Amino acid sequence: MPRRFTPGSLAKERRKRTALKVGMYLFLFLVTLPLAIGYLWLVVGAFSKTLMYGFVPQGFTLQNWDFLWNPRLPGLDVDIWHMFLNTLYLALGVTITVVAVSTPMAYAISRMHFPGRTAILASTLILHAFPPITLLLALYYILHALGLLDNLLGVILVRAGLWVPFAVWVMKGFFDDIPWDIEMSALVDGATRLRTFWKIMLPLVRPGIGAIAVFAFIGGWTEFIFQITFVHNPKSWTLCSYIYAIIGSYRLTNYGLLAAASLFYMAPVLLFFIFTQRFLVRVTVGGMKGGS
Amino acid sequence: MASIKLEGLTKRFGKVVAVNGLTLEVKDGEFIALLGPSGCGKTTTLLMIAGIYRPSEGKIYFDEVMVNDVAPKDRYVGLVFQSYALYPHMTVYQNIAFPLRLAKRPKEEIDRKVREVAKLTRIEELLGRRPGQLSGGQQQRVALCRALVKEPEILLLDEPLSNLDARLRIETRAEIKRLQRELGITTILVTHDQVEAMTMADRVAVMHDGVLQQYGPPEELYDRPRNLFVASFIGDPPMNLAPVSYRIEDERPQLVADGFVLPVIAEWCQRLERTGERTFTLGIRPEDVQLSLEERDGSFQGEVFLMEPLGGGTLVHFKFGKLTFRVLVSREVRVEVGDRLWVVPNQEKIHLFTSDGLSVRERSVIATKRFK
Repeated sequence: MPRRFTPGSLAKERRKRTALKVGMYLFLFLVTLPLAIGYLWLVVGAFSKTLMYGFVPQGFTLQNWDFLWNPRLPGLDVDIWHMFLNTLYLALGVTITVVAVSTPMAYAISRMHFPGRTAILASTLILHAFPPITLLLALYYILHALGLLDNLLGVILVRAGLWVPFAVWVMKGFFDDIPWDIEMSALVDGATRLRTFWKIMLPLVRPGIGAIAVFAFIGGWTEFIFQITFVHNPKSWTLCSYIYAIIGSYRLTNYGLLAAASLFYMAPVLLFFIFTQRFLVRVTVGGMKGGS
Repeated sequence: MASIKLEGLTKRFGKVVAVNGLTLEVKDGEFIALLGPSGCGKTTTLLMIAGIYRPSEGKIYFDEVMVNDVAPKDRYVGLVFQSYALYPHMTVYQNIAFPLRLAKRPKEEIDRKVREVAKLTRIEELLGRRPGQLSGGQQQRVALCRALVKEPEILLLDEPLSNLDARLRIETRAEIKRLQRELGITTILVTHDQVEAMTMADRVAVMHDGVLQQYGPPEELYDRPRNLFVASFIGDPPMNLAPVSYRIEDERPQLVADGFVLPVIAEWCQRLERTGERTFTLGIRPEDVQLSLEERDGSFQGEVFLMEPLGGGTLVHFKFGKLTFRVLVSREVRVEVGDRLWVVPNQEKIHLFTSDGLSVRERSVIATKRFK
């Protein structure tokens, strides 16, 4: 059989590969450009006096940031830090509820055989596929009946409820990855089933718990639709409600304020993401490795 | 220490019967092996003894006390898994200490015992590491330590050597046997490796399809297999098996196979007659055969077609008609492919099985018992 390559063909191959690489980078650059410009504009706008023609920043100022001590919305006498704490409460509430419900549930689905197990699995998937907005009206009635309207707890329960199916699926995968032998071994070593779950299983699925916690926290922090629908009392506003109010209440939106408030809203979750992204990456990689 | 008794033990998973009416006794301090091919129910049996699986039928006794309803944590057994099942998030020290911490022993006692057992298996310098940083052999020792540290009355070993390389396996084999003798702990070893079972255990229980085939000391299984399965499973290189028919020609009883005729000694004739059958399976171990250059009494001729040097000896494959036959000879014997030689089986050591797979010898024992 003749050789398939010559020095000339190899050089051509190399050039082709380089061209392909350059092309790919160019494509990605163009696609990300609008996003990058958007965020850049946000940062620049937050520190500018005015925007010429609506987008050319003019003059450096910190004046846009005075919302930190002055609500700057007519009729609003709740300070921004209260809303910040509300947002944190909502995010942590969702996180804790999701973790507390989905971890034991995933364990049961992964390890135990009981009637309706497959039905539960299937229904969680369907529930996850539901567009939350279609539930808005029904949820409004339920919260009204429970007296949880205008209450962050109501939003927490709804948000967490919608996150649980996804979290259960993630956690089930992590539990599935732990060999039965390890659990049996703990039982023989003298542990009860509950103790085995607590001492052996939970530490081994910690990356999974980390992952669903991060997802749930970010989901809670950025919660929008249920928050503005179910909560009207400014005492229970979150940062999201505040930004929504800025956009909605001024006849001419104050872009400087909007940009500064948006940055303030984004910053914690950005920091949080940077510190926890290793958990998120693990979700795709899967649970334990080596180990046993 | 404890003795174990299994009575009519059966385990079903849905429609599959994993273990079927297993009855077995293990004496206090004895080392026994459950031997069989994969899927024969040996690990299931072990997990029932540990209390992980609940028997579908039958009873398990420790020292004459029925333990069917005792939770695994209260059975005081040590169990080493094939996968070792170490806790990956704990250090070696924490792994070994885990059973003692669950038993709420005082800290100093835990520390002393962990170090003691680590010394016993020579892993003291590994105590600070995590399982992921250990080799297979080291993990195996840690698993053994964890099983031994609570000083259990019963030690259960599920294929503890099968993940080790060949050399380490031989060392660990002796090591486990030494530990078992030193501690005098009642031990059940599950294995599919007959060499492991034969070298380590006082008695071996051969299982097949969930049913106990034979239970006895290794020599007994080897010399007097009860049935065809045990005969073919035990022994390496395996026993030669050939279908034969029994007939008497010119008043001389003989076994006729496709390719050779073997005269039968008087002792066997009686047993064969008593079965009332005419066709049997003949079994001859490769080492129970001699080679000869000339014809001798009870010999038959065959052609060498393959040689396998084993180091200590040579395995010579013969062809008789359609049958192949393995003969183990010492390496001083010079044979070559194509040689035609006389094969002389040791008449005392042949095995014959009836059509239902039972050994003729065994059947005559049963028959004699019945006549008494």
